[in-house]
Amino acid sequence: MTTSVNPLWRFRGVAGTAWFAMVYLYLPILILIVLSFNANKVATIWSGFSLQWYSVVLDNPNIMRAAKNSLIIASCATVVSTVFATLAALAMSGPTFRGQSVINAMLGLPLLAPEIVTAVASLLFFLAIGMELGLLSVLVAHVVFCIPFAYMPIRARLEGMDPRYKEAASDLYATPWATFWRITLPLLMPGVVSGAMLAFIISLDDFVITFFVAGAGATTLPVYIFGMIRMGITPEVNAISAMMLLVSILFVILSWLVGRVKQ
Amino acid sequence: MLSASVRRTGLLAPTVITLFVFMVLPMGLMAWMSFLEPGTYGGVQWGHYSAKSYIQFLYEWDLDDQLVLNTDYVGIFLRSFLLAGGATLATLLIGFPTALYIALKDEKARNRWILLISIPFWTNLLVRTFAWMLLLRNGGLAEQFLSSIGLVKEELNILYTPTAVAIGLVYSFLPFMILPIYTSLEKMDWKLVEAAFDLGANRWMAFRRVILPLAMPGIVAGCMLVLIPALGSYFIPELLGGGKSLMIGNLIQNQFGASRNWPFGAALSFALLTVVMVTMIAYNLRFKRAPGADK
Repeated sequence: MTTSVNPLWRFRGVAGTAWFAMVYLYLPILILIVLSFNANKVATIWSGFSLQWYSVVLDNPNIMRAAKNSLIIASCATVVSTVFATLAALAMSGPTFRGQSVINAMLGLPLLAPEIVTAVASLLFFLAIGMELGLLSVLVAHVVFCIPFAYMPIRARLEGMDPRYKEAASDLYATPWATFWRITLPLLMPGVVSGAMLAFIISLDDFVITFFVAGAGATTLPVYIFGMIRMGITPEVNAISAMMLLVSILFVILSWLVGRVKQ
Repeated sequence: MLSASVRRTGLLAPTVITLFVFMVLPMGLMAWMSFLEPGTYGGVQWGHYSAKSYIQFLYEWDLDDQLVLNTDYVGIFLRSFLLAGGATLATLLIGFPTALYIALKDEKARNRWILLISIPFWTNLLVRTFAWMLLLRNGGLAEQFLSSIGLVKEELNILYTPTAVAIGLVYSFLPFMILPIYTSLEKMDWKLVEAAFDLGANRWMAFRRVILPLAMPGIVAGCMLVLIPALGSYFIPELLGGGKSLMIGNLIQNQFGASRNWPFGAALSFALLTVVMVTMIAYNLRFKRAPGADK
């Protein structure tokens, strides 16, 4: 591969831009996390270290309820979308069939359509069929956009799988069912796990679609935070926001480490 | 033993039915509702068809029920395209050198950089947009820093302006530009660049004639991945641009909030979706079959 030793490979300004990009990406995150430990009531003026805003957040029943809703929806959406996506990926990885490209396009649609368009379409649909806006409507909407995210890593894993394992299993008189449970599924598991993790994070973080289809009773954490931000910038928002960031960063690093161990 | 096609149908059914009923049908319904009359207090009047929502985009009705040209909405569309297009260009100018820098590192460092670039993607964008409010608002950290080094004397006055929205858009979608460009650079055969050097090309020529064309699929994919979500963004202009209807997303949301004009909201969404689809189809026709492009 490339050797960075060769001076010919150096392009002027490239390193500077890369570091600029890094600072640009991380400065807001760092500042938010630092300010969440600020004792001052004014959110942007530092006066000393304190954990008080975290305890304010944890004592706020509305935030806790929103967090519970978020976790319920993300967990259910993850399970349903991962199961659906796994089944679909198994069918799609077989021999090609008519209509396959249509299904591919359908799987791409939630990724392609701007979120606000999906949000509007889902809202109008739920209202038109007379479905009450609540946890169920949010769950349905989340399952829809989680399916493609869960599908991608599973499909990629199936694609890279050596067909000889399956052939060997059938040569040894394993039934198709036994082959699936003993060979395909265990080999597929890393893909299923990363698909599920993707779906979980995407669902947990979603704001726009949830904002449209949640109704009053199904406020999730991002929707609640949005409401708080619109009321004003307070240290409480800093604390809850920092908590969300830290949880997702931990989650990503964890999944990265898990992925490394497997290799 | 079930036949292969029956089994395949069974496996596909949950996904296909879910996506059809809750994604394709709603999109169709949205298109249909854009041709209905709005109800007085929100909602639509079923069975009352009109092209009002599309006429409304360009004209308004004055007191005598005459059509008068109204460029407000066109202005919002134009501004959205300008902001999203500008953000795409800016992410490209920052993203390409960054991707090149990462691609030229050794494997271990590359993986670390890519992890760092992708972490923001996994963290909540709403919260990260909020962080920019802390930075940009008057009396915020950017102002404190700039006035401490004497660059700014008075208030910064940047939050709630299109500039703040642009900063937020570039920030949000920068990883989407870096990652595909990096992917195409990483797959590239660097011996070709070496050959260019051997044949007497200078660095600029090797860059322009070899690296840039080979990175093209990644650049185009990156531009699509930035432009499309930037066009439809809602809370970035809402939070950083203030309450004004700065971009299409805010205008659409407004139709389901204060303005209570569902058919117009549906028409705007449908127009946005059409723009995105046309762009995607053009992209597929032009670039998907190019050599070296992703499958």
